[in-house]
Amino acid sequence: MNKQDALFEYLLRIADNALILGHRISEWCGHGPTLETDIGMTNIALDYIGHARNLYQYAVEIEGKNRTEDDLAYSRDTTAFKNLLLVEQPNEDFAYTIVRQFIFDSFNYHFFDALQSSSDERLVGIAKKSIKEIAYHYRWSAEWIIRLGDGTTESHKKIQEALDEMWMYSGECFNADAIDNQLLEAGIGVDLAAVKSKFDTRVSDILKQATLTLPTEEWMQEGGKQGNHTEHFGFILTELQWMQRAYPDMEW
Amino acid sequence: MDDVKKLEAFQAKIDAEIKIEPKDWMPDGYRKTLIRQISQHAHSEIVGMLPEGNWITRAPSLKRKMGLLAKVQDEAGHGLYLYSAAETLGTSRDEMFDQLHTGKAKYSSIFNYPTVSWADIGAIGWLVDGAAIMNQVMLTRASYGPYARAMVRICKEESFHQRQGYEIMMVLAKGTPEQKQMAQDSLNRFWWPSLMMFGPSDAESKHSAQSMAWKIKRKSNDELRQAFVDASIAQIEYLGLELPDPELKWNEERGHYDFGAIDWNEFWKVVKGGGVCNKSRIKARKKAWAEGEWVREAAMAHAEKRAERAAKN
Amino acid sequence: MSTKKEWPLWEVFIRSKAGLYHKHAGSLHAADAEMAIENARDVYTRRNEGLSIWVVPSAQVTASDPAEGDMFESAKSKVYRHPTFYDIPDEIGHM
Repeated sequence: MNKQDALFEYLLRIADNALILGHRISEWCGHGPTLETDIGMTNIALDYIGHARNLYQYAVEIEGKNRTEDDLAYSRDTTAFKNLLLVEQPNEDFAYTIVRQFIFDSFNYHFFDALQSSSDERLVGIAKKSIKEIAYHYRWSAEWIIRLGDGTTESHKKIQEALDEMWMYSGECFNADAIDNQLLEAGIGVDLAAVKSKFDTRVSDILKQATLTLPTEEWMQEGGKQGNHTEHFGFILTELQWMQRAYPDMEW
Repeated sequence: MDDVKKLEAFQAKIDAEIKIEPKDWMPDGYRKTLIRQISQHAHSEIVGMLPEGNWITRAPSLKRKMGLLAKVQDEAGHGLYLYSAAETLGTSRDEMFDQLHTGKAKYSSIFNYPTVSWADIGAIGWLVDGAAIMNQVMLTRASYGPYARAMVRICKEESFHQRQGYEIMMVLAKGTPEQKQMAQDSLNRFWWPSLMMFGPSDAESKHSAQSMAWKIKRKSNDELRQAFVDASIAQIEYLGLELPDPELKWNEERGHYDFGAIDWNEFWKVVKGGGVCNKSRIKARKKAWAEGEWVREAAMAHAEKRAERAAKN
Repeated sequence: MSTKKEWPLWEVFIRSKAGLYHKHAGSLHAADAEMAIENARDVYTRRNEGLSIWVVPSAQVTASDPAEGDMFESAKSKVYRHPTFYDIPDEIGHM
């Protein structure tokens, strides 16, 4: 793959993670456990959708086909989305939502931290802008893991169950494929092995404080980065893209 | 001081435009009226998140999605400011939620109407928030300090809501015939319920006179409704949409627009629980509250554990 | 009616710009101080209103009693604490 195509794919992966996770968190708006938490989660959803837009805007420039951010969000079909399977998993309840968030933030923070040293200046600019918000998410979800893990017997049980069930989606964050390797060699991309070691340290530290047990999952699930999604994904697009599909080529 | 003297001193302060603050003496009726009104207002914000929140995942562009999310989030914030203002009067947020969930407390009936198209998001921002702003601007001068201060903050934040709604309508009205039809349909459905938001006419309104004397309210329901109609007509005309009421006509003599009769039967039906969404709105609120219970409890339990550990060290 | 314990109420103070005092912004509920700071950030600085936040449990605030308004009377009569109480000729200029 030439460098431009590889960078486009790389940007899509990062942007799609942000859009799809932002979409999932936005489903909470109006339904949170307290007003304060509702407001906080909506902020996080807004942060992610904002990150997605910045990245899509750069991606369409790299692609050079006169597409827009909305074309990328609203006109691609399932296999053209390259987000991790983790972020498309349903909210289920607050425990699942927090676990999904914690796994993702523990990866995403270190990923964006490293992205600040990319040789691609635009990417550095986007990373520097986003990292402040991501650092806040990183703290926020870890605090909730600790609160719920070391809260009541019920909350401990719920959060451990969610962790055990979601853990199989954690491995994909660190799966380097040809595109990752190509961009790493070009000095643009992030070294996922280095991110993984920081992730491992962080996760075990927080789980310890939360009195939770690190799951031992034998089978990790993967494929989102290459466009192979879980069954949940089509339903996300069904909602997300409905207006654009029902009324194509209109301004809103 | 005996109660008669206290009451006189209280009314004298109100008449002199001196704000009443939480620890000041106040008559029971004033306290109760405020708790009822402020908590109703707070409930309206929180229930109001539902019809609009309904469209967050379906918003037609990323820009619109962010605008809508920020708006619905503001409503949560506004509810929070208002609950806080009511809490200064000696009620708790949990008590107020309980009254909402058990149907003892009301909220604005407008939120019992469904949002069935994207244009409804525009119409709500423009008309419903527009009507609310009329009321809220007046309330920034309410005699109870915490309420007035919350309203100042809310009005400042709310100004983007109406503009956002009108912009959505503008794009639709100037879009394809399908889009324009969507906008017209939404205007037709939301026009009358928006007029009803100001409440029954002055002759029928049971709380109005006392609230005016206490300067909780400064304009009558009918005055505010008229101001809203007068402000809206040019906005409808600019959009190029048809007026939703054939009797809307400028009255030179009054210096106001005349408008058709409001269907008060519909108003009371929806107030009393007969709107299409009354049940589902409360059900959604109760569900969120019930499902959040273990989370709230766990956070409290954790905070207590931590405080105990800190005390030991 | 729920008998569960409600998250405590906190008063929020925000410094809007470097060099200014923290000013009361409002209140909110949070289980602990850490959460109160985060909630305050999310609730009261959504429009870039703050640089620094203080949170205080509302129960910890001691307030003066408005019925004892007389406690402020004494200061009203002490005009000699204000510069305009002293006559200085205009030719001296600003002092």
